[in-house]
Amino acid sequence: MIEIRNFTKSFHNRLVIGDFSLFAREGTLTALLGPSGCGKSTFFDLLMGNISRDGGKLFLSGKEIPHLKGTAAYMSQKDLLLPWLTLRENALLPIAVKKTPSASDIREAEELFELLGLSGSGDLYPRHVSGGMAQRCTLARTILFRTPIVLLDEPFSAVDAITRQTLRSLLLLLRSRFRKTLLMITHDVEDALLLADSIIILSSAPMTAREKLAIPTPKENRQGDPSLQEKKERILAMLQEKVS
Amino acid sequence: MKSRVLSLVFFGAFLLFWEFFCHAAEIQPFILPAPSRILRIIAEEAPLLLRHGAATAIEILLGTALSVIAAVILAAAMFIFPAAEKALAPLLVASQAIPVFALAPLLVAWLGYGMGSKILMAAVIIFFPVTVSLLQGFKSCDADLARLFSAMGAGTWKTFRLLYWPWAMPYFFAGLRVAVSVAAIGAVIGEWVGSMRGLGFLMMQANARLRTDLVFASIAVLSALSIFLWKIVCFFEKKCVHWSDTTNSL
Repeated sequence: MIEIRNFTKSFHNRLVIGDFSLFAREGTLTALLGPSGCGKSTFFDLLMGNISRDGGKLFLSGKEIPHLKGTAAYMSQKDLLLPWLTLRENALLPIAVKKTPSASDIREAEELFELLGLSGSGDLYPRHVSGGMAQRCTLARTILFRTPIVLLDEPFSAVDAITRQTLRSLLLLLRSRFRKTLLMITHDVEDALLLADSIIILSSAPMTAREKLAIPTPKENRQGDPSLQEKKERILAMLQEKVS
Repeated sequence: MKSRVLSLVFFGAFLLFWEFFCHAAEIQPFILPAPSRILRIIAEEAPLLLRHGAATAIEILLGTALSVIAAVILAAAMFIFPAAEKALAPLLVASQAIPVFALAPLLVAWLGYGMGSKILMAAVIIFFPVTVSLLQGFKSCDADLARLFSAMGAGTWKTFRLLYWPWAMPYFFAGLRVAVSVAAIGAVIGEWVGSMRGLGFLMMQANARLRTDLVFASIAVLSALSIFLWKIVCFFEKKCVHWSDTTNSL
């Protein structure tokens, strides 16, 4: 489990993140839902230790840690595949930055490719595959980080509707089969409602937790759940209220 | 393919016009020789042109190699240490204000009439475009990719080697393509100022004896040499940067 306690960050005396706290259990998906430019990239940079925070503490399984570097995988809206590497080499990159991938690492990558519907695509380059295949390769790379936490930065915003549906299922697989704790930043209310165990509505300038919603409905029953429609309208009203 | 045929047609038409103009206007060969005469001179003086062409080619190649080594070190240092960029960038830009012709006599005075001064001239003239292109390449890297490498726990060297270096390759080759084309200028200027061999030296000698046809033959060999070097760079670019959409198609 991960706990963020009272994170704050200012730039040039302007508060960007104000007293932000979060608690997520192992194997859950927490969606951070907020408008564009609410400070999500800064928040991820704080978590990863790319920039220093002004205040606040971070705990992983009860132990205080300075940042999540080396403990969290990162998946963004862009596939971030290196065009000069094959899909297999891209998937194995988190291992390759530490050591030469072993035969068992390569076997694991191949098994993941099979699981994600990428069998036989390992030798292809990113420019030869569709956006959906590239995102699935990204997912394989995310798993091969072998970290308990995964940070998702609007992972589906750049894919078409059909691919999005497939990727949603794969993300749930990541959570259930690999027991990853996922923090997903999104501005898509539907993604948050269909995938998350809990949703934190963010306000911008500074980014703070405005409201927290638990989604108890099992994920497989969510598509037709009328209570989720109510929640969706409520969230949208909240977001619009902030904009207007 | 179509554009290549078109450029050959234009070039052929230009040569035909030149040939016709020289004969029709009865222009003396020491003023403007006809293309047919230049071709004949190239054939007749082939051993001489090849000997001097080889000397110029070596100067260009060694100058390019020296410049690339220096550019890679400097661009990497300026990228990794922003303070170094702040300190060196104004000097680098100011160095471009110095005319190459002003440097040539100094280099000959310091390094002598041998190849050294010409190699350095070629290196000096191409150092700036290669360094700037490479630095621009490093800087253009997607910030999200840098974030990804940071999340993977990659250190500075690993990130540089696995991310920034390959990312900057298309920029590096773009700079190198320009560089090999202009490196010939540096080498020839050096040969003009003082040398005992090279196409620049041959041009000066031929010009003094009103052998304009040999001057043109030297220019033709120099152009062919530049095109050949350009093609070599394009070949390596295609091999090394096969994944890039910007790879030169020439």
